[in-house]
Amino acid sequence: MKPVFMTYTKKDLTNLAVCMVLSVLVIPNFITTEYWYTSILIPWLCLALATIGQQVVMGYTGQLALGAAGFMAAGAFAMFNLILRVPDLGFVGSLIVSGLIAAAFGILFGLPSLKVRGIYLMVATLASQFFIIWMIDKFGWFKNYDSSGIITAQDIVILGKPFTTPLAMYFVCLAVTTVLTLLAMNMARGSTGRNWMAVRDMDIAAESMGVSLLKTKVQAFAISAFYCGVAGALFAFCYLKSLEPVAFDIKLSFKILFMCILGGLGTINGAFIGAAFILLFPVLLNSVGNNVFHGAIDATIISSIEQVIFGGLMIIFMIYEPLGMAKLWENLKISLKSKLSSSGIKNTKSSVQKSE
Amino acid sequence: MVDELLFFMEVLVGGLLAGTMYSLVALGFVLIFKASATFNFSQGAMVFFSVLAFCGFMQDFNIPFVLAFILAALLMVVVGLCTERLVLRPLMNASEDTVLMATIGLGYVLEGLAQAAWGVEVRRLDLGIGDFPVPWIADNLKLFISALDIFAGLVAALMIIGLSLLFKFTKIGLGLRAVADDAGAASSIGIPLKHIMLLVWSAAGVVALVAGCMWGARAGVQFALVDLALKALPVLIIGGFSSIPGAIIGGLIIGATEKVLEVYIGPFFGGAIEGWAPYVLAIFFLLYRPEGLFGEKIIRRV
Repeated sequence: MKPVFMTYTKKDLTNLAVCMVLSVLVIPNFITTEYWYTSILIPWLCLALATIGQQVVMGYTGQLALGAAGFMAAGAFAMFNLILRVPDLGFVGSLIVSGLIAAAFGILFGLPSLKVRGIYLMVATLASQFFIIWMIDKFGWFKNYDSSGIITAQDIVILGKPFTTPLAMYFVCLAVTTVLTLLAMNMARGSTGRNWMAVRDMDIAAESMGVSLLKTKVQAFAISAFYCGVAGALFAFCYLKSLEPVAFDIKLSFKILFMCILGGLGTINGAFIGAAFILLFPVLLNSVGNNVFHGAIDATIISSIEQVIFGGLMIIFMIYEPLGMAKLWENLKISLKSKLSSSGIKNTKSSVQKSE
Repeated sequence: MVDELLFFMEVLVGGLLAGTMYSLVALGFVLIFKASATFNFSQGAMVFFSVLAFCGFMQDFNIPFVLAFILAALLMVVVGLCTERLVLRPLMNASEDTVLMATIGLGYVLEGLAQAAWGVEVRRLDLGIGDFPVPWIADNLKLFISALDIFAGLVAALMIIGLSLLFKFTKIGLGLRAVADDAGAASSIGIPLKHIMLLVWSAAGVVALVAGCMWGARAGVQFALVDLALKALPVLIIGGFSSIPGAIIGGLIIGATEKVLEVYIGPFFGGAIEGWAPYVLAIFFLLYRPEGLFGEKIIRRV
């Protein structure tokens, strides 16, 4: 396809326009219940951002990592301390710096990836998960010596204006997610992404072709942790509105891993699809439990069933479509398109016969 | 001075014995890895699933101890059968990472099923062996060592000896090693791949049940067992994924270091460093000896 504007094709631009119209004009005008913003849209955007971070390291660079929640915690608590101790930085400045702090952790714990891969790397990244949470928990400075264990997040103030209503917070999340998603797409399509994918597909071959493993892997871990850090800060400030290390435990890491894999490894839109699925499915299941069975099924049973279904889907996708839901969506689009244009194909066939 | 030394010995021995508990979990991983080069992430979930089933049989249906154990073991064979049929066979030619992710999914399924069937509350498991110091050792050696720890150590030793002998000297063991080396070549000379997989997953299930009994008797049968089982991963990295003796040595190293660090260095940092110390130890091992102490050297080609 021919690029229309810079390197973007017409399709990219229409996709962007549709997404922007939907998220900026349609959603704020049609969705008025606070529940949708506070419980679905805001966490969706935050977790999708974290999943993009996971995509960078796992989907694009092929390194099995399982520490996303640790980096999110690093970002969240960095944000808290920056706003508390360096108020001049402002919200956006703090957000960027907390992302960078998370990235520093990413580099540190990504270093083992130079020597090991697969499950070995997973264990190394588990160290980051447990270490970061422990560090925040044990050193009072990070929590400003708060003994209650749960700290209330400061209000978001950008350029003197408070952003405290659910709708305003939604716009904050939306703006950050949009900018970072576009950036991620650019990186994934450019030489950076090519290097990541070369390392993913065969690292030894990539190295012999002159791709620096050190640079590529460390870069991927840093960028991944940056995304997770920013996502963690948003998650704490816009969704949880509080900070506690327990919120970022290994379960959240697994959740993000599931979003990444079920959504589709190595795709950016897969991050959004996966996050939406993992978030919405339990809501759906609960409402089925309440409305169809009228609470006859215990809530713990429902959450167990949810776990079984997530696990089962993971296995099914690994067997039948390792590229996840993004690929299913792609296939659906192609089959729809071919059905729509099947009449057109008949026409061309008849014209071919005529020319013969 | 003598008191200090005695205290150190007590910490060390306690750590070593606690380490055998990790070894028991790690053993299940090794069994499957050795026979199929598959990393089974769901081993922790299998520990939880099997021991919860065991408790469920005993406490909900009032089945006697031995019969309940046999039933739970049979259940693990069924789990192994289903896993082989529904997960592993369709993924026969998939890459290692794909199979690994599928086993993460399998772990979720097992955890969910266990909780749906037997509830989420913590259950007590009484093996008839108390988790308190043995009086004889306390009197004569002045060391306080739990009877449960000693029992777990003995069980681990027995299982490891038994499994090592099985792998080394029986025809089945030879078949297992052949399949691990090259599944395609092994099946082409007539080794029944299906049976081997079934056997190995059932064995791993039974090992998980034994490990679960030990952990359950100590900490109660609860969901936290799954997280505890994660600690078997650093054990494997230190010992090597394909070595049965490695699993026990790795467990001992992790158990001892963890306890010694916790007691002597932990207080300076506010404690609870045993949550991450094993993983950091594993990272250092990875940097110097990625294949572990007893693992086979990994050679990768383009």
